[in-house]
Amino acid sequence: MKKIVLALLLIGIIIFSAINLLTTKNYNESTLERLKEKYPKKESPSVDHTQFAILQKKFNSPPEVTEACISCHTERDKEVMRSSHWNWEREEYIEGRGIVYIGKKNAINNFCIGVEGNEQSCAKCHIGFGMTSTTFSFTDSKNIDCLVCHDNSETYVKENEQAGLPDKSVDLNFVAQHVGKPKRSNCGVCHFFGGGGNNVKHGDLESALFDPSRDVDVHMDAAGPDMQCVDCHLTEKHVILGKMYSLSSMNRNRSTCEECHGDNPHSDDILNEHTVKVACQTCHIPVYAKVNATKTNWDWSTAGKLKNGQPYEEDDADGNHTYLSIKGSFTWGKNLKPDYIWFNGTADHYLLGDVIKDTTKPLRINTLNGSYSDKDSKIIPVKIHRAIQPFDPVYKVLIQPKLFADKKGEGAFWQDFDWRRSSEAGMKEIELPFSEQVSFIKTEMFWPVNHMISTKDLTVQCNECHTRNNSRLASLTDFYMPARDYSSLVETTGYGIILLTLLGVIVHGTARIFTSRKRNAPSISHKGRGNESPGDQNSLGV
Amino acid sequence: MEKNKVYIYKAFERFWHWMQAILIIFLGFTGFEIHGSISFFGYQNAVQYHNIAAYTFIVLIVFAIFWHLSTGEWKQYLPTLENIKAQIDYYFFGIFRNAPHPTKKTVLSKLNPLQKLVYAGLKILVIPVMVISGLLYMFYRYPQKDGAIQVLNIGSIEPIALLHTFGAFLLIAFVIAHLYLITTGTTVTSNLKAMITGYEELDEHTDDEKKSSEKPGTGAVLEKNIKTESVLVEKETL
Repeated sequence: MKKIVLALLLIGIIIFSAINLLTTKNYNESTLERLKEKYPKKESPSVDHTQFAILQKKFNSPPEVTEACISCHTERDKEVMRSSHWNWEREEYIEGRGIVYIGKKNAINNFCIGVEGNEQSCAKCHIGFGMTSTTFSFTDSKNIDCLVCHDNSETYVKENEQAGLPDKSVDLNFVAQHVGKPKRSNCGVCHFFGGGGNNVKHGDLESALFDPSRDVDVHMDAAGPDMQCVDCHLTEKHVILGKMYSLSSMNRNRSTCEECHGDNPHSDDILNEHTVKVACQTCHIPVYAKVNATKTNWDWSTAGKLKNGQPYEEDDADGNHTYLSIKGSFTWGKNLKPDYIWFNGTADHYLLGDVIKDTTKPLRINTLNGSYSDKDSKIIPVKIHRAIQPFDPVYKVLIQPKLFADKKGEGAFWQDFDWRRSSEAGMKEIELPFSEQVSFIKTEMFWPVNHMISTKDLTVQCNECHTRNNSRLASLTDFYMPARDYSSLVETTGYGIILLTLLGVIVHGTARIFTSRKRNAPSISHKGRGNESPGDQNSLGV
Repeated sequence: MEKNKVYIYKAFERFWHWMQAILIIFLGFTGFEIHGSISFFGYQNAVQYHNIAAYTFIVLIVFAIFWHLSTGEWKQYLPTLENIKAQIDYYFFGIFRNAPHPTKKTVLSKLNPLQKLVYAGLKILVIPVMVISGLLYMFYRYPQKDGAIQVLNIGSIEPIALLHTFGAFLLIAFVIAHLYLITTGTTVTSNLKAMITGYEELDEHTDDEKKSSEKPGTGAVLEKNIKTESVLVEKETL
């Protein structure tokens, strides 16, 4: 007997250790602690720029500052001039297209559509001075605007519509003496306002991140880790990790959560298994546009209406424009649940001049590739921006209209409100044919949502996806997900078998009750049967 | 015929049976929450509880297999066609006429031919189908992250999940039928009592085995152990 007990114990131990082996935990408890310790420590600069004589002599123009910078930081200008921030263009390889240079020259979006011909206005966000047209020299390092990224005094601002020159009120000497690593304010001044206003484009990058609370973003929490953009978007030689798939195509130089948190960030194995197919952001960004609304819809076709010959605007209760004569009608959304798609890190784009194959369907301006069966794909959250924008129904191409000009008569839509003339001027600028006809087409753009990480308690819960009703992943139908999916054949057969069993039990049971009652009542009638057991052992009445 | 109180279900057997009953019902409950049919514990808890219950069940199964082999009880489940028609007839006709059970229940032959068939089927359903599909459900991911089950290239958990779900439906049907059929013993509750206390009043039969009336259980087990030499060998090696 003792032997048996011992043997059983042994077997038990073997099974438990086998289970433990199968569920190896790679989770390292100390990772998060280490990160929590690392980031709140603020670096102090190794040099004091106020002490340098070259920064004390009076600067008369912005390029003089740049020259002063380069005189010490030699070669840095060459790094900058290789960057996409400077060139507004990247070399990309796209499956089916080969190597293409994608940038403001050939890319198009469904917000303000395109840059070409509108440089004067758009260049407010170029890290250079004097980019007024397509003829801007990209080889003169004096035109680099070092300060827009490296100003730590928060007093440097670029002027509107001045092709990237700083505002005249800026004290260049003061700014030059207070330079350092870029802060959220340096990046945010452009990246939070893309599309012509706060949070218009991304939905997860907006002015609330200048000084965010923990609720807005756990990492950037100004009272906590206060992490800066470049803490994740690690930079070497002015090459910055991370890029937006509105313009990028290749799976490279991505800034990821894993670079700090590793592949097994959870103490729970089942959650760690999810990381094979689910990006961190999918669960950890339950909603975006948490503080201010983001634009979800842009209808260019209604633009151009005038009141008393003058353009006008209409706002909603929160002060967001719902109509602008220069831009059309908008829909905004706040606290939005992201859409979800499969994404493998590669994308394709509609490039200027591409012929639209099917003009009846919404045109995807950027297509993020991926599917369940692709082993590199993960589910990511995205903001989908939908628009109705001008296209040429004859040549079947999207139109890049000329929007901006200083004065009337140049064909700019924002001055003259004439689609045909602004399209003609715009298409001429990019050297594409124009049929003199303007029509409107529905378009979609996909913006991965990567920022505004929520606190742990707000993380997406299991049953928000694993459910039959309103699953967050309801639109991703190319795989089986427990709780959401079932086979109607298995369900019908299964319930059928259960139903038949129940029916059999009920019929059989009722028959037993019925026959035993009948048998019991006139007991004499049963006396003849010899080999019956005495009594009514089978009756249910016992 | 004389009636004798016979020790028919040994302590481990009863423990195994009731543990199995509890676990199957609990696994069914949590399982159908994971399947999305009901919601009770909350999804995350249901998954956690289901996994813990599954591990417990596997341990229990290993113990039960060991017990069945070492006592020779496994032979009780060998399906037989003998008397099967009489048993079917009994459930369809005899039971309503208060006819006697066609198969005599003894310690060495506790199961009637239908039970043998169904329980053998159950063992195949529960052990290979549910355990294997369940373990795959737990550990198979596509693609495998740390390469544990890479040989298997299913591409989706779907067939595993569907098989596991179908097995669960069959088990529910079994539990329903089982709960009903235990009322068809000598009396409505005699089978239930036997599985709780271990003792059942059985007809004295003409077999030459004189056992169980004085020292219930032990004598019978020992006798059987001697019959199954292989088991003895196995016990020694362990």
